[in-house]
Amino acid sequence: MMNLGTTCPNTWCIGCGNFAILGAIKVVLQSLAEEGLGIENFVLVSGIGCHAKIVDYINVNSFYSIHGRVVPVAEAIKLARPGLKVIGFAGDGDAYGEGIEHLIFAAKRNIDITMIIHNNRVYGLTTGQYTPTSPLGFKGRSTPFGTKELPINPLEVMLSSGATYLARGTSHGIGLLKNIFKEAILHKGFSLVDVLQVCVTYNNLYEYYEKRVYEMTDHDSSDRQDALMKIREWDYNNDGKIPLGILYRKNKPTFDEQFKTEEKVLDREAKIKEYLHEAI
Amino acid sequence: MEEFSILIGGKAGFGIDKSGSIISYIVNRLGYNVYVYRDYPSLIRGGHTFSIIRASSDKISSHKDSVDYLLALDQDTVARHKWRLKKDSIIIYDADAVKCDSLSCPAKNAISIPIGKILKELSAPEIMRNTCAIGALAKVIGIDWRAVEGLLRKEISKDLELNIRVARQCYDTVDTIASIKAIDKKPLPILTGNEAISLGLIRGGLNTYLAYPMTPSSPILHFLAGIADDFNLKVLHPESEIAVMLMALGFSYCGEGVAVGTSGGGFCLMTEGLSFSGMAELPVTIVLGQRPGPSTGLPTYTSQTELHFALHAGQGEFVRFVTAPGDAQDAYFWSAVSLDISRRFQIPSIILSDKAMGEGVYSFDIEAIDKFNIEKAALREEKGPYKRYAITDTGVSPLRFAPDKDAVIKVNSYEHDEYGLTTEDGVITTEMCDKRLRKEKFLKKELEKYETVRTYGNKDSSVVLLCWGSNKGVCVEIAEKLKLKAVQPVVLSPFPIDTFKKALKGAKKIILVENSATGQLKLLLKQFGIDIDQEILKYDGRPFSVDELEEKVSAFAFNE
Repeated sequence: MMNLGTTCPNTWCIGCGNFAILGAIKVVLQSLAEEGLGIENFVLVSGIGCHAKIVDYINVNSFYSIHGRVVPVAEAIKLARPGLKVIGFAGDGDAYGEGIEHLIFAAKRNIDITMIIHNNRVYGLTTGQYTPTSPLGFKGRSTPFGTKELPINPLEVMLSSGATYLARGTSHGIGLLKNIFKEAILHKGFSLVDVLQVCVTYNNLYEYYEKRVYEMTDHDSSDRQDALMKIREWDYNNDGKIPLGILYRKNKPTFDEQFKTEEKVLDREAKIKEYLHEAI
Repeated sequence: MEEFSILIGGKAGFGIDKSGSIISYIVNRLGYNVYVYRDYPSLIRGGHTFSIIRASSDKISSHKDSVDYLLALDQDTVARHKWRLKKDSIIIYDADAVKCDSLSCPAKNAISIPIGKILKELSAPEIMRNTCAIGALAKVIGIDWRAVEGLLRKEISKDLELNIRVARQCYDTVDTIASIKAIDKKPLPILTGNEAISLGLIRGGLNTYLAYPMTPSSPILHFLAGIADDFNLKVLHPESEIAVMLMALGFSYCGEGVAVGTSGGGFCLMTEGLSFSGMAELPVTIVLGQRPGPSTGLPTYTSQTELHFALHAGQGEFVRFVTAPGDAQDAYFWSAVSLDISRRFQIPSIILSDKAMGEGVYSFDIEAIDKFNIEKAALREEKGPYKRYAITDTGVSPLRFAPDKDAVIKVNSYEHDEYGLTTEDGVITTEMCDKRLRKEKFLKKELEKYETVRTYGNKDSSVVLLCWGSNKGVCVEIAEKLKLKAVQPVVLSPFPIDTFKKALKGAKKIILVENSATGQLKLLLKQFGIDIDQEILKYDGRPFSVDELEEKVSAFAFNE
């Protein structure tokens, strides 16, 4: 069993849902490393927020990016070294707010990276503002009288954008998380896992989720229409049931596999001189 | 000096740009040095666009106001440019579009081409009007038909044979008025500044180029996209400038030689990423093609208004390498060096260009360019846990790239320790800040090997024309003509103050020439206690012409 820990002191609150994500991903990384992938082939990317500290706690290659900018970094690393497995961690504010343009384009490209969203539906590190997935009427530091806008349904946005693996779990269902994380990483194409993460300090939805979440049993994840129906079942605002598990999974051509360039033997100076000769 | 200038003008969509290009190749092949100024508005069809092709037996990189040949494809061209005609100038015009009498066309020779009639005879489309004009011009100035045909075959891909027939017929329609002699000199390649930057980046070790389309830097994206396969390049056009910059950092993390290109507005969006480059020590080279602002401004015109922006953009304090090449040869050299320095010192490099230089066409003599070596980034040799930000004497930490069995490579936008783990400790913060800023001293030392400040003209003159970027050409020409000294700092950060002071030795009058309203170089020099005496500023979006600047310089240079 590898020790994937670091010397960095952990600064998450006691009971933070991030611990479950950290625990699950460490198990998955070890499992994949044992299966022959080699731990040196992983690169973890995070944004800014409580979620992002995860890269300080795992002794694996990492890129601690800036707010909203996990996705472009992850895409570039994959394009630069297609043999690497790139996993991005982002909060819901980070990924569905500041960085949503990149998320949509990565899904559009079906680029082979995995995004794990620490969706606690609040900006935790900046002490309690609403996010794109907070429900209507959410009272936070910037909306003390309640928000006047509905949340987006991020999985519906992702499905429409072309994502080919979509799953949802919760931070108190670590068993399911391990499974959907591993499948997400092994999926060839753009995968996103929305983790309904409990923030004990600013938005404790533990009881709320306990009453509503259920693991899907009879769902055909390869059917896009079925996936859409399942994704629409809970709109991040209503009080209905919340389906968990793999909502959609399809194999389609990826941007990175079509982007590969052949490495020719190259004498730059000579080739430049050839060009110059043509410019007379 | 033997020289002449040709202006071709018409509405956008008439193929003026392409025609200007063909004409520049024609005169280039006669052995002349060439410089082309292109002027076009921010639209796709209509309006007015023109190119001035200047040819000279001397090296040039500027244009003159007056022209010897005016090739007018519409009335507007004549109306707008007749002020440029000298008494011996020749106008060649499209008979269908232009009414030319002694008032409207005050030229010794006005040659009418029945373009419409010829196109009709040959069943050729309207777009071939400019091909006809090229054929006619070529005959008027005494170019051998085979030379014209050769160039048309090289430059035209669509409906080639018909184009050739049109050109030939128009060629035969007119007589030779003034034969331009060839010069006994081997023709040099001619390149736009943007092409020179592109090739320079490649020479410097470019692996990946990213950009979002923005005038005047888009041509770099197009050019590199077209030749990507030949040079093992990855060329990407992502969803925004923010994506461009952040992807560049991702590529940099993997060890790729990466560059991006944009203009002021796009650079605004990249500044957070620039600061990230400084903190995480991820090399990236940024081509900043200046154009008039603020905000959208004049997208297709030129300016030198981003000097201070480039020097100070991005929060926090970090070392950056900023250069402002003066012409295509400069651009090739300094683009290669910028990429190399960025990688060796793990800092961002910014290449300040502008529309005049980027889109201008220059003779390019690769043999005249200083030789240089591209060094590989220093890799870590020792064993043990890898410290991505190991504190060293030079501030530069040895590198490793994923995948690496012996190294965990962590980069971080937060303040961090040597392993790349986040820290808020005061002592480590100070040490890391010192480490990053320490690089400047060693970069300055490295730059002593280069000609960071150039001097031209009369080295003994006490009058100095001070310029940077694309004003090099016009200032050098005037300095040489009026026997003044011209001083051109190319490196702007870290500013080579010692070398610059040496260049200014003996100066009693310093005249700054700049395409801005506030004279930005003046402010930079004030930081070092250097005051300038006069400034000649132009901020209408157009570059100085030789005539225009000579008049202004003479007024200042020779009074007390």
